[in-house]
Amino acid sequence: MVTDINNLNNMHLDVLKEIGNIGAGNAATALAKLLNRKIDMDVPRAKILEFKDVNEILGGAELPVVGILLKVSGDLTGNIMFILKQQAAALLVNMLMGRPLDIVQEEFSEIELSALKEIGNILAGSYLSSLSALTNLKIISSVPDLAIDMAGAILSVPAIEFGKVGDTVLYIETEFSEGCARVVGDFFLVPDYDTYDILLRALGVNC
Amino acid sequence: MYKFIKVGMADLQSSQHPCIITTLGLGSCVGIALYDPTRKVAGLAHVMLPSSQQARNNTNIAKFADTAIVKLIDDMVALGAVRTKLIAKLAGGAQMFSFNDTSDILKIGARNVAASKEVLKTLRIPIIAEDTGGNHGRTIEIHSEDGKLLIKTIGHGIKEI
Repeated sequence: MVTDINNLNNMHLDVLKEIGNIGAGNAATALAKLLNRKIDMDVPRAKILEFKDVNEILGGAELPVVGILLKVSGDLTGNIMFILKQQAAALLVNMLMGRPLDIVQEEFSEIELSALKEIGNILAGSYLSSLSALTNLKIISSVPDLAIDMAGAILSVPAIEFGKVGDTVLYIETEFSEGCARVVGDFFLVPDYDTYDILLRALGVNC
Repeated sequence: MYKFIKVGMADLQSSQHPCIITTLGLGSCVGIALYDPTRKVAGLAHVMLPSSQQARNNTNIAKFADTAIVKLIDDMVALGAVRTKLIAKLAGGAQMFSFNDTSDILKIGARNVAASKEVLKTLRIPIIAEDTGGNHGRTIEIHSEDGKLLIKTIGHGIKEI
């Protein structure tokens, strides 16, 4: 029996948030090591949204963002996304490449795009491996792909998968910030509709 | 004074002149704009999926190309539009992430466009312009004044069809 996401109770949501906490905590540590800087994260949010509200999660459907998406397969299927505002992505690249932070380029070069994808890869990898260790589920991620475009267009990618089975979508979201709060990114785990109960059951929660 | 109407994802709206109906950040979804130039009635649907037949849950008819177009036409006729005068413009249906594998979900944009065209053909509504496919998002606006469809993108300019 698949749990209807509209019927998830507060305990289910708390468990899903905790998953975000553990996954994103590991991802934040990985990012901090990579940049050799302090990375903060806020309390994860588990959001059940109607489609009409999906576009606005990041504060505007037309906001230009860098989205790094990985498909998740194995026992758990879905999508994992790291979304950064364009300027934050530029700062992140500068930090990674040891360049002055006050020079913000408009366009990314091939090598910078590749660096951003790799950051997405490392963060998603640490997020998912901690989740895998916690649940004993086999979780595999695809190679990362990157798109620079409107937030609405990028956020709709995992939402469409939900459209086939329901009218709502669940995002487990965690926000990251660098010490001086200049680099802010949002991490989204969007498990497929049919995999919530696998996830919840693996953690010993009855649906 | 123009009435400014916003259409969300899996949503549809229509109105009489004067109005501007917009939908923001179309990715793989398709925006179907219908217009009756004789009565100046405009309508816009933001569909996510090609067909309500393949879905397990099809209560929201604005979500699917097949059901949304039919509903939009009904709404517009109720506002005074003449069915035989309607024209259509399409935008969206992009593939936001390229990935190498060619699974269903990733080609959803192209499937949405194909399904929308098929439905419009069956209903004998001519498609007079389109801006579909590619790999970028679009924000679109239909103007009730003359039925022009304004398309805004990031890095791919603004155009009018």
